[in-house]
Amino acid sequence: MFDYESMRLIWWLFIGVVAIAFALTEGFDFGVSTLLPFIGKTDVERRVIINTVGATWEGNQVWLVLLGGAIFAIWPSVYATLFSGLYIAMLLLLFSLFFRPAGFDYRSKLENTKWRSAWDWCLFLGGTLPPVLFGVLVGNLLLGLPFHLDQDLRPFYDGSFWGLLNPFALLCGVVGLLLTSFHGALFLKWRTEEVIHRRAQTAVAVLGPLVLLGVISVVMVTLFWIERPEITHMAATDAPSNPLNKTVVANGLSWLQHFLMHPWMLLAPIIGLLGIALAWLLGKGQSRMGAFLLSSLGIAGILLTLGFALFPFLLISSTHPDSSLTLWDATSSHSTLLLAFWITVIFLPIVLLYTRWVYKVLWGSITENGVLKDSHTFY
Amino acid sequence: MFGEDVVMLSRLQFGLTALYHFLFVPLTLGMTFILGIMESVYVMTGREVYKDMTKFWGKLFGINFAMGVTTGITLEFQFGTNWAYYSHYVGDIFGPLLASEGWMAFFLESTFVGLFFFGWDKLTKVQHLVVTWLLAVGTSLSALWILIANGWMQYPVGAEFNYETLRMEMTSFADVFFNPVAQVKFVHTVAAGYVTGSMFVLGISSWYLLNKRDIAFARRSFSIASAFGLASILSVIVLGDESGYTQGETQKIKLAAIEAEWHTEPAPASFTLFGFPDQVNEKTNFAIKIPYVLGLIATRSIDEEVKGLSDLQADSKVRIKRGMVAYEELQKLRAGDHSATVKQTFDTYKADLGYGLLLKKYTEKVIDADPEMIQKAANDTIPKVAPLFWTFRIMVACGFTMLFVFAMAFYYCATRVADQKRWLMRMAVWCIPLPWIAAETGWFVAETGRQPWTISGVLPTHLSVSSISTEQLWFSIAGFVLFYTVLLIIELYLMFKYVRLGPSSLHTGRYHLENSQHS
Repeated sequence: MFDYESMRLIWWLFIGVVAIAFALTEGFDFGVSTLLPFIGKTDVERRVIINTVGATWEGNQVWLVLLGGAIFAIWPSVYATLFSGLYIAMLLLLFSLFFRPAGFDYRSKLENTKWRSAWDWCLFLGGTLPPVLFGVLVGNLLLGLPFHLDQDLRPFYDGSFWGLLNPFALLCGVVGLLLTSFHGALFLKWRTEEVIHRRAQTAVAVLGPLVLLGVISVVMVTLFWIERPEITHMAATDAPSNPLNKTVVANGLSWLQHFLMHPWMLLAPIIGLLGIALAWLLGKGQSRMGAFLLSSLGIAGILLTLGFALFPFLLISSTHPDSSLTLWDATSSHSTLLLAFWITVIFLPIVLLYTRWVYKVLWGSITENGVLKDSHTFY
Repeated sequence: MFGEDVVMLSRLQFGLTALYHFLFVPLTLGMTFILGIMESVYVMTGREVYKDMTKFWGKLFGINFAMGVTTGITLEFQFGTNWAYYSHYVGDIFGPLLASEGWMAFFLESTFVGLFFFGWDKLTKVQHLVVTWLLAVGTSLSALWILIANGWMQYPVGAEFNYETLRMEMTSFADVFFNPVAQVKFVHTVAAGYVTGSMFVLGISSWYLLNKRDIAFARRSFSIASAFGLASILSVIVLGDESGYTQGETQKIKLAAIEAEWHTEPAPASFTLFGFPDQVNEKTNFAIKIPYVLGLIATRSIDEEVKGLSDLQADSKVRIKRGMVAYEELQKLRAGDHSATVKQTFDTYKADLGYGLLLKKYTEKVIDADPEMIQKAANDTIPKVAPLFWTFRIMVACGFTMLFVFAMAFYYCATRVADQKRWLMRMAVWCIPLPWIAAETGWFVAETGRQPWTISGVLPTHLSVSSISTEQLWFSIAGFVLFYTVLLIIELYLMFKYVRLGPSSLHTGRYHLENSQHS
């Protein structure tokens, strides 16, 4: 199981796990920030909302940092092509993350209304822009990006920032935002009482059907209107990584045929839709933890669907299909994959264990009285 | 192959964002340790004032930490956005080091930082102490991994070029991890962080003492900072000298440029204390030299030579010519000629492939370079001397000034007369900026001294950039300047506000502004 081919496959799974962990944890942080100005009417209410995630959001954001680091380590050419190609989009993502640490930490340090409401909007933007941008990214991953590699394997991007904002990708962006807001509302409902709890419950009831509608329309458009490329010839799956050693045709099997060739892959979209649907049904009722866990399952299913759909592609080139990057020809060397594998096998459980402990210590409903009593400790 | 503008702007942006990030990192490194020490004293003695100290200095640490997080993500994104070819070329080595930093350091510090602030009533004393120390360990581990990555850029060991994948690949993780340059850099840098934290606490405590407020609180803070600061500044200076020695072996050009040693002197080389470097005429005007010292620093002997820049440039020229051979053989390999002779020749010359790539700036084909191009490329291997010469001396001057302050503070604390030495406290307040000046100039020396390479001898800077436009670069630089300026103003405003409030900001009812008779 430690041969090059298996390592490439295992790392595809690992990066999927990191992406899912990021979407699940930072997902509800984003969602809570998006809902902040709408569910919180007074300053104390907003402080309650902020403090449901205030003590733990930094750890959650590390999943994003790790996702970037893991892609750099495991798929260097994906990291290089994607980040430089989507330059403006990546910088917008980065800028939107800028005001989150300060938003959480600085907001309650002054008693000034204008100061606090300014930070509320920073938090709102910092929680709203990223899921939209990630959605737009997903849409363009399915459509393929206009890029090519030259003979030195230097990536060149042949499109523009505005080209990313096509209708399908924008739809995906909206779905991304709906998903995090829904997930965030469930989290907020779980961790609060009374008025905020009730408003969060309303948000769950409203957002649930929209999320389902959105996800289903993305799936439909993908299945029926987007072409899926096909590899017609490639080097062995354990050959040295060189993405140019293959030929790809722009339209091969449809996305549906791709799934039907491996019917077990259909489990992922089923889990995704079922998870969200059940989370909605339970979440608009009394369920706290159960509904949140179901929505987590749903998000995991949706991300797995994306991974399965693209498999074995990582980045599809819409203009130069041969330059597309796959998990067989865009990885680091065998020894680096092994090294990173062992580091992950050791540290992933450790991180999960202490993260769980920290959540356990800090758990408990956040209430207005609690925030007022320890006003100088809380955010 | 790319416009000089793209290369210059990419460097400008990286330098700007890295130096900006490094305004916050050293303080985080130092403060977490000082918080650990203060809280340890609290747990051991049970005296509330030490808990208040941990909480108050912790507040200031928190204001700083938020900015460290904000500016840190930039650096991780930026290798991909702005240095795409670099990322492809060395991702196999550089990537796992960053990922390890994520697993071992970022998670640790970011998960426990929340518990540090919000866990006081939810944990036992000892549990909370453990959390604080884990936070401190996390920040220092972060420095370890990123400096191993940076050390590899300065002295790339444990990796070789693979002609099939057209990139560098790791051959020995142990060599990369135990890279002597990286190890020395790590200790030098974290110790500089500890100095920054100490100077910050020492200076602010002095200000309280000068204003005769919160005396008991400030006096204890002052003495912890003086002891920890003295130990740290001594480590910084000793390890700084050690980096001089490793540079003498591994980064000869950087060392010679810092010292403005234009021509090889007979051993042992003298150290230029002061002077005005003149790059065109290759001499230093009005130089004040101390005999023997450079030879001792760089070679730990009195009979070995320290090579001067003119000789090092001649060495570069030889390596560029060898690099052209390597490049020619690489083209044959890529064209499909895998015969034994080609492979053998390539293996013989491939260590100098990077020097061949220097010629890409002048000719795309490399192998058709004329003597003039080779000379130009060899000139490029010598960085600008004057900026290195000066920034290095500023860093050292800051270091020795702080050594004096910490030594005096420690001595007067030990003899229990520190309160009476108002001149020392005034000096401590004025010295607060020094660790930052030293850290920023130190960074400048290390990174501009590496030019024209991103990876010394392996990958030239001008090839490392992304294929992006100057418009995109101006967009991002404008964004960074705008947002970073706004955030810095806000951060400094809060920092000054909370420093003025002092421990009264804890609302315990025990401090100066809450009860003025109590001070």
